[in-house]
Amino acid sequence: MANIISDETMEYVGILAKLELSEEEKKQAESDMGRMLDYIDKLNELDTTGVEPMSHVFPVNNVFREDVVVNGDDRENILKNAPGVKEGAFKVPKTVE
Amino acid sequence: MAKQYETVIGLEVHVELATKTKIFCGCSTEFGGAPNTHTCPVCTGMPGSLPVLNKQVVEYAIAVGLATNCTITQYCKFDRKNYFYPDNPQNYQISQLYLPICRNGGVEIDTPAGKKIIGIHEIHMEEDAGKLVHDEWEDCSLVDFNRSGVPLIEIVSEPDMRSAEEVIAYLDKLRLIIQYLGASDCKLNEGSMRADVNLSVREVGATEFGTRTEMKNLNSFKAIARAIEGERARQIELLEEGKQVVQETRRWDDNKEYSYAMRSKEDAQDYRYFPDPDLVPIVISDEWIERIRKAQPELRTEKLERYKKEFDIPDYDAEILTSSKVLADLFEATTELCHKPKKVSNWLMVETLRLVKENDMEVEDIDFSPENLAKLIELAESGAINSSVAKEVFEKIFKEDIDPDKYVEEKGLKSVNDEGALRATIEKVIADNPQSVEDYHNGKEKAIGFLVGQTMKAMQGKANPGMVNKILKELL
Ligand SMILES: [Zn+2]
Repeated sequence: MANIISDETMEYVGILAKLELSEEEKKQAESDMGRMLDYIDKLNELDTTGVEPMSHVFPVNNVFREDVVVNGDDRENILKNAPGVKEGAFKVPKTVE
Repeated sequence: MAKQYETVIGLEVHVELATKTKIFCGCSTEFGGAPNTHTCPVCTGMPGSLPVLNKQVVEYAIAVGLATNCTITQYCKFDRKNYFYPDNPQNYQISQLYLPICRNGGVEIDTPAGKKIIGIHEIHMEEDAGKLVHDEWEDCSLVDFNRSGVPLIEIVSEPDMRSAEEVIAYLDKLRLIIQYLGASDCKLNEGSMRADVNLSVREVGATEFGTRTEMKNLNSFKAIARAIEGERARQIELLEEGKQVVQETRRWDDNKEYSYAMRSKEDAQDYRYFPDPDLVPIVISDEWIERIRKAQPELRTEKLERYKKEFDIPDYDAEILTSSKVLADLFEATTELCHKPKKVSNWLMVETLRLVKENDMEVEDIDFSPENLAKLIELAESGAINSSVAKEVFEKIFKEDIDPDKYVEEKGLKSVNDEGALRATIEKVIADNPQSVEDYHNGKEKAIGFLVGQTMKAMQGKANPGMVNKILKELL
């Protein structure tokens, strides 16, 4: 494996992804990510001069909706997914800006 | 000698577009509904839901881009901006990083030193977040996703502004263009237009920019001007003390007139953008752009020219009336009904703007119908009501949009034009006030004013003042 993921990088990626991993899981993830980067290095060996970057895998564009209201009030159903409910709102732990 | 500093300012302006539905789902964008009544699986980020782009959002964005002299990106797409915050249910915001829909534009502003172009770096489309309210009772936060997914455009300027006055002129210009296009109502106080200010200072003559800060939470032109002055002073003080300006986001507190560093979300700057696989690219043809260009409504400059030619009103009136889309629309619709442009202009420029100011409102909040103003003008011009009654009735129209015909009828405010009744009243006033009559005959012109006042009082303010004057002079 050419790419070595350091413990610091693993820590940082974990914070960004809001993941708490055990030591064992971290080691596994470091090795997985190292192999992914190896694969990217392999792709980088290809000469892509003059090739348009691909934006989407499907050869489809301009999929639009018309600006018409089709959804009514479905609050009761939507709130079934909430961790907690108060006064019609999703109740979450205190967040201070 | 003390060092001279220059302020360098760039703006990020978010504008909520006036679409009926959200950017990626068919939920209503209406402002002020009960919490979460305008939500669905898409705008609450439920797994497995799929966004579909609202075509009108693209059309508004192109229209704003054309009106601000931008180049339209004919192949553009959406990217995901990843961050965790409870107002963002997907844990990413759908935005545009790599191929924003408009680039390289600019608008002209007037400054004391003459005209100046403020460059626009880019305009991109994105979705708004939900709203968080802190609950004191349970010490938790409550999330309302009604605003989640409301379409926004973010207009990013070049760092071309050098003072609060230039910033206000630029915002005013943008607001006017966008309102005239009908793309947004741009109300700062309701948050449909929001500006973040990027500001740095440097010594006059320096070529490098200083370290900048970003200020948020600015919801009026006054707050923006105060925040700029405050932040400029804070940064200069740091530099004078030999300290460094820290690049950070600060929140302006307009009551305390000071900005505070916002607790930085952990590694918040690393958004790990990547193309959104749920949304396909947008291809904008030349024909599409042309269609939008042709459909562009009359903008301010053209409207101003037309007013000067078409209506018999002073240039000054035309300037003020066209300075707001709301005023211009009211003026044209009312004039169409009553064909008295100067009268309409007077009511708008004098009474309407006075009431706006007195009630601490914005011109955008004016909410009465042209029909009722036109009726009022008819009533006043025909002499059916006198001018003080007309002002009183207008206040009711301004506040409650009442029908003046009905109101005048119900309250019995019609002027008494019945000469017989008026003559009888005036005869009595003359008989009751011999001293004033004598004064008048002795050359005290002012005495007639007192007699007019007494007559109006006896008629409960409903007499036609012209007629009162005429009859009084005749009888005296
Ligand atoms: Zn929705």
